[in-house]
Amino acid sequence: MKLDSDDFELFDVPRRFEQDRAVLDARWRALQGEVHPDKFAAEGAAVQRVAMQWAVRVNEAYQRLKDPLKRAAYLCALNGSPVDTEKNTAMPASFLMQQMEWREALDEADSIEEVEAIADDVAARQKAAFAELRHSFDERRDTAAAAEQVRALMFVERFAQDIDRRLEALGQ
Amino acid sequence: MALLQISEPGAAPDPHQRRIAVGIDLGTTHSLVAAVRNGVAECLPDMQGRVILPSAVRYLSEGGRHIGHDALAEAAIDPRNTIVSVKRLMGRGLGDIAHREKLPYDFIDAPGMVQVQTVDGVKSPVEVSAEILAALRHRAEDAFADDLFGAVITVPAYFDEAQRQATKDAAQLAGLNALRLINEPTAAAIAYGLEHGSEGLYAVYDLGGGTFDISLLRLSQGVFEVIATGGDSALGGDDFDRLLADWALSQSDLEATTPRDKRSVLVAARAAKEKLSAADHATLACPLSGGELWVRVSRNEFEAMSRELVARTLAAVRKVLRDAKANKTEVHGVVMVGGSTRMPMVQKAVGDFFSQTPLTNLNPDEVVALGAAIQANALAGNAGADELLLLDVIPLSLCLETMGGLVERIIPRNSTIPTARAQEFTTFKDGQTAMAIHVVQGERELVSDCRSLARFELRGIPPMVAGAARIRVSFQVDADGLLSVKAREETSGVEAAIDVKPSYGLADDDIARMLRESFITAESDMKARSLRESRVEAERMLLATRAALMADGDLLSQDQRDAIEALLAGIEAVREGEDHHVIDAAVEALAKGTEAFAAERMNRSIHQALAGRRVEEV
Repeated sequence: MKLDSDDFELFDVPRRFEQDRAVLDARWRALQGEVHPDKFAAEGAAVQRVAMQWAVRVNEAYQRLKDPLKRAAYLCALNGSPVDTEKNTAMPASFLMQQMEWREALDEADSIEEVEAIADDVAARQKAAFAELRHSFDERRDTAAAAEQVRALMFVERFAQDIDRRLEALGQ
Repeated sequence: MALLQISEPGAAPDPHQRRIAVGIDLGTTHSLVAAVRNGVAECLPDMQGRVILPSAVRYLSEGGRHIGHDALAEAAIDPRNTIVSVKRLMGRGLGDIAHREKLPYDFIDAPGMVQVQTVDGVKSPVEVSAEILAALRHRAEDAFADDLFGAVITVPAYFDEAQRQATKDAAQLAGLNALRLINEPTAAAIAYGLEHGSEGLYAVYDLGGGTFDISLLRLSQGVFEVIATGGDSALGGDDFDRLLADWALSQSDLEATTPRDKRSVLVAARAAKEKLSAADHATLACPLSGGELWVRVSRNEFEAMSRELVARTLAAVRKVLRDAKANKTEVHGVVMVGGSTRMPMVQKAVGDFFSQTPLTNLNPDEVVALGAAIQANALAGNAGADELLLLDVIPLSLCLETMGGLVERIIPRNSTIPTARAQEFTTFKDGQTAMAIHVVQGERELVSDCRSLARFELRGIPPMVAGAARIRVSFQVDADGLLSVKAREETSGVEAAIDVKPSYGLADDDIARMLRESFITAESDMKARSLRESRVEAERMLLATRAALMADGDLLSQDQRDAIEALLAGIEAVREGEDHHVIDAAVEALAKGTEAFAAERMNRSIHQALAGRRVEEV
């Protein structure tokens, strides 16, 4: 276990998409319990600096592992199929249509109920997409296909954030 | 004397080494200091047995000052020179201060932070806060008849970097070593959780004199994990007073025109508000320059006029639940903190919202200071460090300005600290050799709506076509929530870095000047103090390094070991000297020289811990 171990090694969990959130949470707390700078409050500056690096690294890994989309993008990169959102923007036409419909619906929605209905639709879609993603990674072991699904999910996530902002603006 | 203290089981082996650390709740209306004594956290009283110190400072014309109860009692007769609720001015510009026309001060619009003209000259909110902190420091030093090692000072969770930095500056000015700034709701959770052995998801609803915070924490076996935090750094009991005062004036045909009138009516409103927590009716009465104000108010009337303020707090609660992706039914308990939670309507509104009775069994005035004291004791390396781990978050996103005055979020709010993130940018013009970096904090999309923290430039980028340079900007936030930023052009290796001292914070020179001017700490005291601190630090480093060599010396080659021994000898040679700079230099050399060893030891301890855990899991 080193600072440059990958996230899965660091957390001692199998390198795959499917993860148990409770295990990740427990590992994170246990790791921070070992490395957090406050645990070395009585020691010198050198130890503090090292502890800080470790604590930052553990938090970074935890942020990535617990978020399914970040975890998926990370797995793609580890397996040699980086998601490359800047270079790779091609999306199937059907997906783009769906996006446009959602955006139009959100523009036209003017009540909390209407926005929430879109949010529910998006959430259901995300859930299904993550199930497919799990299948691509853990069963078919097809990271190239997974990378494409991750790119699509990133669009969906951005849209979900716009929905949250709208809900906030509507005072929910 | 510390010499006579008895070492507790598991405490530092040598009683000389026990370090006195306190927790300070620097509140809007009042402040407290607490410490762990004989394993129990308790608030330290003043000579009259009072634990609460009103956060009020009155400046007198001959350069003297009254602090606390005396100052508060004089607020109505000398409102211009008696600063109360100074916390609302910390790290704020004149334009940031809401309802300033209702405050009886002569504000001066200084660059960075607003200042107040008093009979004793111009005072910055940092100086006023330092007076309060110094009074508490003296109280603690008297209680222990010894110097303090340091203090943990609490701030509202929703304080931004400028407000945090201003608080740190005030601590420095008061001669306090700020071990850590921790968030008030987190401190409350520590005090509450440790006392009750609580587990699960808890909400801390903290409505103080001038600020409102809501934090959601997960408590599990001594780990206090903040999941999300939010609030309003300008909403508190003062606002209820102001509403009630305005209402009372509108019921009469009087006006509060002079500073004294403005203060009197606020004092009377506060008294009436406090009375209404227990009674159905109260009378708001005070003499004004235009006549006697005398208005009777019922609790129902008061609650009707303040409904909107309570609703604002609940909107923040909903936002935090949404940020945490948590449902209110998952919340095991709601801890109430802050004097304003004594208002029955607040307890009822919170209880109705969460469908459970809020927990009010800890004194809402003391709980924050007690939690801070527990954390201070752990950070000082005394007993308890093993049982407590605090994992806090940043309250507001840290961002960079990009083209067109837009905001690019680098570290989102509610990220656990310490944390670091990097992002790559590029040049937009051919041959561009410099890039301006503007760091801001906030949740809005436009830079102009966020708070500016720092600006710096990366220069010396080799000329390239637009878009070819790869500029990596890294943000690092330490365990205090304070930020440093580094920019590096990857193809050439050109670098620039800055520790973010927000534009609202004071420069080190300002602090030094104030220290010189202030009689809080005389200069000779400062020197003696620095020397004493340096010697203690040298002693501590010697002991810690020797212990490390004993435990893990096998990780080192003979050469490496010799090098460390030489550095130890270097400290031994100078540590009884009179120049603290020399001692500090030797200590720093040892720190640098043992960094690699520290890293190796850390790796080993993690391995062992994880191996041990795996065995436990089987």
